[in-house]
Amino acid sequence: MADVTPKPRPKPFSIPRQPMPEQPPMVRVKNFKEVPYGLTPDLAILEATRCIQCKNPQCVPGCPVSVQIPEFIDLVAKGKFVEAARKIKETNALPAVCGRVCPQEEQCELPCVLGKKGEPVAIGRLERFVADFERVTGNVEIPQVASPTGKRVAVVGAGPAGLTVAGDLVQMGHDVTIFEALHKPGGVLMYGIPEFRLPKEIVQAEVEYIVKLGAKLECNAVIGKSITIDELLAEEGFDAVFIGTGAGLPYFMNIPGENLIGVYSANEYLTRANLMKAYAFPEADTPLTKSKHVAVVGGGNVAMDAARTAMRMGAEKVYVVYRRSKKEMPARIEEIHHAEEEGIEFHLLTNPVAFHGNDEAWVTEVECLKMELGEPDASGRRRPVPVKGSEFRLPVDTVIMSIGNGANPLVPSTTPGLNTNKWGNILADQETGKTSKKGVFAGGDIVIGAATVILAMGAGRKAAAAINEYLKTGAW
Amino acid sequence: MFPILESREIAKNVHLQRIHSPRIARKRKAGQFLILRRADNGERIPLTIVGSDPGEGSVTIIFQVVGKSTAEFARMKAGDSYLDVVGPLGLATHIEKFGTVVGIGGGIGTAPLLPIATSIKQGGNRLISIVGARTKDLLILEDDMRAISDEIVVTTDDGSYAKKGFVTTALQELIDRGEKIDLCIAIGPVPMMRAVAEVTRPHQIKTVVSLNPIMVDATGMCGACRVSVGGATKFVCVDGPEFDGHQVDFKELVMRNRAYLREEKTAMERFEHKDGKCMGSGTPAPVGGKS
Ligand SMILES: Cc1cc2nc3c(=O)[nH]c(=O)nc-3n(C[C@H](O)[C@H](O)[C@H](O)COP(=O)(O)OP(=O)(O)OC[C@H]3O[C@@H](n4cnc5c(N)ncnc54)[C@H](O)[C@@H]3O)c2cc1C
Ligand SMILES: Cc1cc2nc3c(=O)[nH]c(=O)nc-3n(C[C@H](O)[C@H](O)[C@H](O)COP(=O)(O)OP(=O)(O)OC[C@H]3O[C@@H](n4cnc5c(N)ncnc54)[C@H](O)[C@@H]3O)c2cc1C
Ligand code: SF4
Ligand code: SF4
Ligand code: FES
Repeated sequence: MADVTPKPRPKPFSIPRQPMPEQPPMVRVKNFKEVPYGLTPDLAILEATRCIQCKNPQCVPGCPVSVQIPEFIDLVAKGKFVEAARKIKETNALPAVCGRVCPQEEQCELPCVLGKKGEPVAIGRLERFVADFERVTGNVEIPQVASPTGKRVAVVGAGPAGLTVAGDLVQMGHDVTIFEALHKPGGVLMYGIPEFRLPKEIVQAEVEYIVKLGAKLECNAVIGKSITIDELLAEEGFDAVFIGTGAGLPYFMNIPGENLIGVYSANEYLTRANLMKAYAFPEADTPLTKSKHVAVVGGGNVAMDAARTAMRMGAEKVYVVYRRSKKEMPARIEEIHHAEEEGIEFHLLTNPVAFHGNDEAWVTEVECLKMELGEPDASGRRRPVPVKGSEFRLPVDTVIMSIGNGANPLVPSTTPGLNTNKWGNILADQETGKTSKKGVFAGGDIVIGAATVILAMGAGRKAAAAINEYLKTGAW
Repeated sequence: MFPILESREIAKNVHLQRIHSPRIARKRKAGQFLILRRADNGERIPLTIVGSDPGEGSVTIIFQVVGKSTAEFARMKAGDSYLDVVGPLGLATHIEKFGTVVGIGGGIGTAPLLPIATSIKQGGNRLISIVGARTKDLLILEDDMRAISDEIVVTTDDGSYAKKGFVTTALQELIDRGEKIDLCIAIGPVPMMRAVAEVTRPHQIKTVVSLNPIMVDATGMCGACRVSVGGATKFVCVDGPEFDGHQVDFKELVMRNRAYLREEKTAMERFEHKDGKCMGSGTPAPVGGKS
């Protein structure tokens, strides 16, 4: 269906990459609304016409789930937005999410030929645009699912990995129940990534879609506690289980003063702000400290999200304390840029060594050491080494530790026969998600460690295919 | 939705509720807790599972009104429903044949003690109970504890009922009379648990306490509930709630539980104001204890 009349295609390379309109920094730091407004239909068509429709598109292998990029972009250029959304959905069930949070600059957009001479096609923004268009105009289509197979699958965890598995398997005709520990589904998309980067309404719409397809969802079910994996298989009548419990165990540095009041894990800070809506306190019951000066320790996406949330919670000063230089920061460039625009100060090549507090055990200072870059380490990045005598103290009333997450041991520790590596990640086959336990599959962050939404979905997709195969043949 | 089957006040500001939650009723063991949320903007509140009836599919909780959420819970009647109930959470109490076990409950702490003491008794141990409260009106579960105990001492701080004095006074008397105690389990306000640990330490009596830090998810994901035990950081929701009382940094726990005092006060005042009348006991609840 043609939604907007297409214009004739202009000459390639003649149009610059279209910027996405967004809230100005000084306005957005005072609200939790989404930062970019998204492309307009005209801008989207203009951007889409930049794509030269390569015969051998380099962008597609850059995408972990091989979205048919030139095909969907061609549909956008022709104004066929809904068709474009459906084209993406053939391989990616959550385009509205991925269009927003995928690190496109290192995935699909990195190899785009246009990027060689100028700027790559804004694939992510186009993906986001068509998914929003489809949803907002009420054009989301519920596909016909295959006839019931009589097989039952339990999916543990309603994050991107679990949702993908559930969506795929119901469409193949299996009877799927998703068990989620928290009171709301979505995983990190719900409790971690803030509203201003990924509106929760979108996450819930995606979950509803999977429920409409026919998946059952049971929240408040902590697998390993409420029910064990063995009970799901032996007593509750499930033929297979998929574990997608994510990387939900916050790391701390184990330095003095880390248990002072005001020292949070990013998981706690963000969960209070996002899932529990602490920004609406006292309308919402869960409180979050009203901070003046905040130090966020770490340099990844999680650190940027924590810092920008603290700013919106009303902090006067927010520092990001990171032990390497900006070049090594794992956060997306766009997020670092957004954080800088919002007035967040970066203390780079700086590492906390202790936290100091007052008589009431509230944190008052971060003691830091300056670092310099030495020889490359195992990760290939230059190892930060402390500069002698460079101690200094940063006055703060809140610290947010964002130095990473490990595997939550709840499921492995209650599932005999389920093997893990030395970090506690479940051992699973890369191609099928098969674990050491018959009938049990796993994928996403619980297997590969804290990674990305699209990798979790990719793992879910592969596991769903393997589960389908297993249910058909019974072969392990 | 999780309907309430029964709701009543069993002592001043202390409420008992039976809630329909068949999965938890089937599964729970002594020492475990659950998380409740009343409505969509509600906090996740941890409470011990005091008892269950797998046949009826119900669990029993007993809680004291200390702030806004518990005050709202107290208003809920049979027929009302909780939006979310999650559990059973935490590790179950380790039960074996210890010998003579002294179970000590202070204030509301007697509620979490009851299921633990019951399993200890069923595990073939001799159970001596000490149940205390500040004053007669606050004493709970005396009869239930009496029914499972080989011996019981009841104390009130002000002497308004039974023996006058603290639970530690009664414990000291047991030790002084030469009672060979193999294990002590103490649950109550943090100062009480700390005092018990100090009484038993010189006699090298193994002492287990049950901690109640502030929690959010209670699945080990956020670290809000961390405490120092023997110098190591533990997450109470998954590593506990029971720990060696001689190893716990009680001072840190008391401090950490004060993190949101100001916000809690705002929430409570707003709640009372909206209500047009005052509720709650008027006396501030001791901070940081199951009391
Ligand atoms: C703050 C933050 C920002 C991020 N930003 C980005 C970004 O911009 N781009 C990007 O691509 N990635 C980002 N990531 C990473 C990305 O979110 C994760 O890689 C992805 O969500 C992993 O998906 P998953 O399904 O494996 O696990 P999760 O999303 O972690 O979901 C796991 C789910 O399982 C549930 N669960 C856990 N244990 C149990 C149990 N025992 N029983 C039942 N349920 C259980 C959890 O409650 C959760 O809902 C970010 C992560 C964080 C924390
Ligand atoms: C494992 C565990 C088991 C518990 N079992 C019982 C029980 O059986 N009966 C009972 O009466 N109470 C129990 N508690 C304590 C109970 O959870 C708190 O009293 C309740 O959360 C207070 O909420 P509020 O909104 O009414 O008060 P608030 O106004 O929030 O707080 C009042 C006081 O309660 C403490 N508190 C606040 N939030 C929490 C929280 N999330 N967790 C713990 N303490 C908090 C604070 O120290 C504060 O000073 C238990 C706590 C834990 C962690
Ligand atoms: S899913 Fe992510 S990587 Fe793939 S095309 Fe979309 S934005 Fe690019
Ligand atoms: S590489 Fe770039 S220009 Fe070529 S098809 Fe992909 S998006 Fe279009
Ligand atoms: S309450 Fe979040 S880790 Fe224990």
